[in-house]
Amino acid sequence: MGRYVARRLLQMIPVFFGTTLLIFLMVYSLPGDPVAGLFGDKGADPATLAKIRHELGLDQHILKQYWDYMSNIILHFDFGKQIRNGRPVTEVLGDAFPVTLQLAALAFAFELVFGVSLGIIAGLKAGRLADNIILIFTLLIISVPVFVLGFIIKMVFAFQLGWMEPNVSNDQLFSEMIAPAVVLGGLSLAYVARLTRTSMAENLRADYMRTAVAKGLPKRRIVGVHLMRNSMIPVITFLGTDIGALMGGAVVTEGIFNIKGVGGLIYESISRREGSTLVGLVTVLVIVYLFTSLLIDLLYAVLDPRIRYA
Amino acid sequence: MRGAKSAKWVAGAIVVALAATACGGGKSDGGSDAKGKVDPNGIFSMDLGEPEKPLFTGDTMESNGSAVMKSVYSTLVKYKADGSLEMLNAESLTTTDSKTWTVKLKPGWTFHDGTPVTSKSYVDAWNWNANIANAMGLSSWFADIKGFDKVHPEKEGAKPASDKMDGLKIVDDTTFTIELSKPVPYFGHKLAYIPFAPLAASFYKDPKAAGQAPVGNGPYKFKSWDHKKQIEVTRFDGYKGPNKAKNGGVLFKNYTTVEAAYEDLKSGNLDIIRQIGPKDLPVYRDDLGDRAVDQSYSAIQTIAVAYYADMWKKPKPIDPKVLQGLSMAIDRATITKTVLNGTREPATGWVAKGVLGYQENAAGDVTKFDPAKAKQLIKDGGGVPNNKIFIQYNADSGHKEWVEAVCNSIQQAVGVQCTGDGKPDFQADLTARKNKQVKSLYRSGWVLDYPVNANFISDLFRTGADGNQGDFSNKELDAKIAAADSVKTLDESVKAYQAIEKDLVNYMPSIPLWYYKTNAGYSEKVSGVKFGQDGDPILYGVEVHK
Repeated sequence: MGRYVARRLLQMIPVFFGTTLLIFLMVYSLPGDPVAGLFGDKGADPATLAKIRHELGLDQHILKQYWDYMSNIILHFDFGKQIRNGRPVTEVLGDAFPVTLQLAALAFAFELVFGVSLGIIAGLKAGRLADNIILIFTLLIISVPVFVLGFIIKMVFAFQLGWMEPNVSNDQLFSEMIAPAVVLGGLSLAYVARLTRTSMAENLRADYMRTAVAKGLPKRRIVGVHLMRNSMIPVITFLGTDIGALMGGAVVTEGIFNIKGVGGLIYESISRREGSTLVGLVTVLVIVYLFTSLLIDLLYAVLDPRIRYA
Repeated sequence: MRGAKSAKWVAGAIVVALAATACGGGKSDGGSDAKGKVDPNGIFSMDLGEPEKPLFTGDTMESNGSAVMKSVYSTLVKYKADGSLEMLNAESLTTTDSKTWTVKLKPGWTFHDGTPVTSKSYVDAWNWNANIANAMGLSSWFADIKGFDKVHPEKEGAKPASDKMDGLKIVDDTTFTIELSKPVPYFGHKLAYIPFAPLAASFYKDPKAAGQAPVGNGPYKFKSWDHKKQIEVTRFDGYKGPNKAKNGGVLFKNYTTVEAAYEDLKSGNLDIIRQIGPKDLPVYRDDLGDRAVDQSYSAIQTIAVAYYADMWKKPKPIDPKVLQGLSMAIDRATITKTVLNGTREPATGWVAKGVLGYQENAAGDVTKFDPAKAKQLIKDGGGVPNNKIFIQYNADSGHKEWVEAVCNSIQQAVGVQCTGDGKPDFQADLTARKNKQVKSLYRSGWVLDYPVNANFISDLFRTGADGNQGDFSNKELDAKIAAADSVKTLDESVKAYQAIEKDLVNYMPSIPLWYYKTNAGYSEKVSGVKFGQDGDPILYGVEVHK
């Protein structure tokens, strides 16, 4: 087990360098000059442009830029500065990540609690009315685009009923985060419910279930321990990768609800060619993905002792 | 004029109207229907994006940073709605030959930290902003001043020979003179722009810190900047200028989308919105009633000609008649009303409204929709090469719809094949312009830098001007511009430029399309909300109600 974890951690090193280099090269190869973009239609004299480029190190070869960037990150935990406003990228990320983390955690809790419970109900009553209602409900959620869902929620709860403010204010209160978290977690909730349902419906017919029933165990224990433990493996896999997706993929939701998190930052960094910010963001997201997938793999062994790691 | 607040286009263009429905009319008279007594210490909020750069007077080019800077700093002069000058920090601004200007400051003014505003505050600030070592984006605004080339050599990588411009001389604490390298009749108008603001002595000790928390001499004191969330300024009680704030301060709030800002306006969490998003344009007049703002501001959209492109150059230079014909094939009235949802007004010349020297119908018939005449003109001019044109635009800010409409209009009216050439975003669009890859025409625009018609002509069509990205060049026109710049008084210069504008129709350096309008609104909590020529609300006049 220890060796397995160590090997997994070592694997992270090439993945880390590979993804950051790829992103770096991609941003670099996009057409358009970030420095010229500062001046727009009216242009600037070459001396000023050259001076700004030099100060930012943009006149260096791309690989040299990458090398400087990586060594600064590794040696000094310095992610560089933004091209436009000169703010340290660590500070920019430090502003955006906590907000998104809060949103993602809330969305995750929402999809976990409601997704799994709906899945259990549907799984246990497979083929019956409750199952069908849940199937239709999840199908509906999956087929409605995020921005439509966000718009409907705002329309109904903010403007017609007046239960909530339409947008998240600058204080980012917990109560304001609920609506965006529901929207963000909605899609995954449907997937979690369906995965749980299928997996449970399948395992209900397994031999060990029959044995458990034959032993005369209470129903609570049969479902809660014997059935759930085995049925959760695919669900946990999905939830694990979803943490990363929730953190990075909230562009639309964050935009709709005026949340200044990672989603908007990614969009802005791409459109402004803020290479250093983008690479910093991706670096953090890659680490999040790597760690959650490691955690999931380790959880497998807990859930199903037949899965062993050398 | 080099570097200017052009990034406004980036911000402004994002909210350009897209909706394809026509909208009902509505009147806005800026009247007040706010209830309750005026609270002189009341603070109001306004939507504002995150300023792109630190708040340096010499580097704030886009509208977000400008709005904050205009509240924190007062320049020597400002201009009124008709384009004439009003003294602000200056007691007087005099010149006899438009070459040497004498500035007398009003006595007793202080910065927000209590230090006095003197001639030195101005001269040092200008020298610092002009210096290439500080790489300020607006440094070229000082290019008129004698000795600019010493502090800001044109060549890449060159070091400044001096850190002082010869043309700036301090006479005493409240008097200084500016000597220009040649007469500029409208130089006084340029002084209203933010790079010409004074800087407190504390600035030079730590410019970086000052960029995060500027110390100004304006009606508002800078209070705090919570990045990407909000900026707060409060009234400066020691302010001596005529534009003293009628409110306690302003909270500039950042929104992810214009739609979100509009929702907050409707639910009472925001007091002023600077631009209504495309989604809400058709309904905002109904929603806000007489709190809906609909007024023109001094900016123009044009289709510029890439004169370096083979199609206009080979085998012989294009006859301006062809471009006149293309211009007459565009149905501006219908496109502004339908595609642009009434947010633009058809242009009749190259100089925008609200600018000194604006004249109606400067372009004559050329901006009128007349397919028959258009066809004739194109035929007379020898036709469009290959009978095919492209209009380049950036696809990230809602230009696609109107470019297609313009193309359709041209195609239907004169049968010239017209295709939109979309670049993914503004940066890519600019790179294509810079590398001279524009195939035939490109979308262009201009917001006023200073309200004189020279700004819309000299800075765009003079050979080698930075705004002249299509390489338009005409010796006759250059000579006329030089002549208009060398006259002794502003009036003469404005008149000379008016004549040049009338003449532009014979050269067709670009095809004027339409003037911009401000479509904004405000809440019931505030009154006295007015918008300036630059499309921004005038903050100091806003009254907050209890």
